[in-house]
Amino acid sequence: MKKVELIGISKSYDRQKDVISNIDVRIEPGEFFVLVGPSGCGKSTMLRMIAGLEEITGGTLKIGEQTANRLPPSRRDLSMVFQNYALYPHLSVEDNITFGLDVKKVPKAERKKRAQDTAEMLGLTDYMKRKPRELSGGQRQRVALARAIVSEAPICLMDEPLSNLDAKLRGHMRSEIRRIQRQLGITMIYVTHDQVEAMTMGDRIMILHEGKIQQIGSPIEIYNHPANPFVATFIGSPPMNLAQAEADPGTSSVILPGGEPIRLPEGAFEGIGKGPVTVGIRPEFLMPAQGTSEHPVFRAEVTNVEVLGHETVFSFLAGTEEWTAKWNGQWQIQPGDRIPIALDEESICLFDAKSGTLMKKPAARQLSVPAEGAAT
Amino acid sequence: MSTIHSRPDEFIATEHKPGVWERSRRARTAILYLLPSIILFSVFVFYPMFRTIYLSFFLTDQAGDAAVFVGLDNYKYLLDSPAFLNSAKATLLFVLYTVPAGILLSLFLALLANEKLRGIGFFRTIYSSTMGVSVAASSVVWLFMFHPSIGMFNRFLALFDFPQIQWLLDPQWALVSVAISTIWMNTGFSFLILLGGLQNIDEHLYESARIDGAGYFYRLRRITLPMLSPTLFFIITISLINAFQTFGQIDILTKGGPAQSTNLIVYSIYREAFVNYQFGTASAQAVFLFLCILVATILQFRFGERRVHYQ
Repeated sequence: MKKVELIGISKSYDRQKDVISNIDVRIEPGEFFVLVGPSGCGKSTMLRMIAGLEEITGGTLKIGEQTANRLPPSRRDLSMVFQNYALYPHLSVEDNITFGLDVKKVPKAERKKRAQDTAEMLGLTDYMKRKPRELSGGQRQRVALARAIVSEAPICLMDEPLSNLDAKLRGHMRSEIRRIQRQLGITMIYVTHDQVEAMTMGDRIMILHEGKIQQIGSPIEIYNHPANPFVATFIGSPPMNLAQAEADPGTSSVILPGGEPIRLPEGAFEGIGKGPVTVGIRPEFLMPAQGTSEHPVFRAEVTNVEVLGHETVFSFLAGTEEWTAKWNGQWQIQPGDRIPIALDEESICLFDAKSGTLMKKPAARQLSVPAEGAAT
Repeated sequence: MSTIHSRPDEFIATEHKPGVWERSRRARTAILYLLPSIILFSVFVFYPMFRTIYLSFFLTDQAGDAAVFVGLDNYKYLLDSPAFLNSAKATLLFVLYTVPAGILLSLFLALLANEKLRGIGFFRTIYSSTMGVSVAASSVVWLFMFHPSIGMFNRFLALFDFPQIQWLLDPQWALVSVAISTIWMNTGFSFLILLGGLQNIDEHLYESARIDGAGYFYRLRRITLPMLSPTLFFIITISLINAFQTFGQIDILTKGGPAQSTNLIVYSIYREAFVNYQFGTASAQAVFLFLCILVATILQFRFGERRVHYQ
């Protein structure tokens, strides 16, 4: 298992504007590292630079202990799964899986055995003689996966491998890929635009936007403490609610554009002066106002309601912004209703209005169940 | 009971039965759409074809009308005629000279032009440019290049003190010379088709192979050629048919000479019909050529298509 280290990596086409600038990250051996960002943020380009399919125009790439900037793709000790799978349409599943081994002149008996083992791991043994066009989308995806696994490369790169699958299969393959990665202990670099994939699969996530790192951290860390409003709205569904507001440390409150002040707990304004800020709060911290007196309550007009069975998501007007709230259970709310909504003031984040940096973290919300029999 | 029995009869009686005119509505619409091509094909393909087959069983008068029915005598005469056998042999040699060499050359150029390099568009234009030159015009250019005293090739040979070659006048060289010019003329079309086929191959296949460490020739053998096989199959078929039907360059470069060495079948048909006014034997030759091309194409489909990987 090998580490991958990017030191000041940047990329530009024709020496014009950088599409990727100054990426510094160290991906640990055996780590599941997810690169996530909206389309066009440069995440695929970055993956292709690590693979050696795209030239690195600045900085140093280290794979293991070796500088890899100029190494050809085949000598970087990695495998790659492409978004469209890149299966060879004229070869059978078995030949597709063993293609790389054939290139490396692995003896025929070993080739066959490794292909068999991999096929078994992915449930492909019945399809070995078929051509890719005779397979379903999910099966093709597995063949692409098998091709990466069979090479036994210590590093595996995946470029949006699940984006061509339907929702149900995607959920299944998510856990499957994670399981295989744990089982083999390979270092995984996984590109996706889907924040759910990023949250559920990654040991650590890097969020990219316009070629720049927005934040690197564990999924929960990023969810709880987003570094800036972009991350806050990109991770989490529905996204974090944001509004421009006025901070008033004197009264320890922020004033929303509607003129409504929200009192924040003591010490929330440490290091924050009077002036404009961006207020952020996650939809689940806008709660039903029934029977709770400890949180500030405000009334707002509901604009849209989605009842999802186990939860109800609705949007309402908070001053000039449209916010969303997420309540557990099935709530009978109609668009146009004015309803009371409680706001968990401890979970509010404040961002600098200009630079966007996080100034006040929300309170920690992690829960734990003491393990049975554990002496705690 | 009787009421139950009578019901179906009533239904049949009241059911509206469409007439032939109404039922053929869809067919008539289809024919209407096909009409323009049916008319064109009838005038320029079907009528001449059947007329040719018909005439091949007759001796004709000067105007080309059927005069005496002779059955298969025209064919018998052809198979005994050393001139026709010579034509057939020359045609076969010509096909062998032009098709494999022409396709290999076009494939080579297409592989070169498929690389992503700065200014590759220039080379793509140059390589495909022969498609835009008519057979007549390029034949005239080649006529000058083959010229024994002022031609480029002999000048070139003279530079290195090689003996001069009578390109179009030496029976041993004439067919080769015509073949060379034909390969040049066909390169543009084949190149363009093959390049199109190459560009259709998913770039990710090569990237995946590069990560596996496959070298250029390994990728060529295991990805490019199999993926290109439908295009190759198409271009081989078309080239084969074209080579069998060569006429223009023969007429301009050699007129079938010297000593009948370049008298390919189509040229021989032309001479027989419009110089010697022997429409009967000319038609028989045409039918013979048609059968040859038909058999060659069927064989190609039977044995060649097995190796083709359609997507």
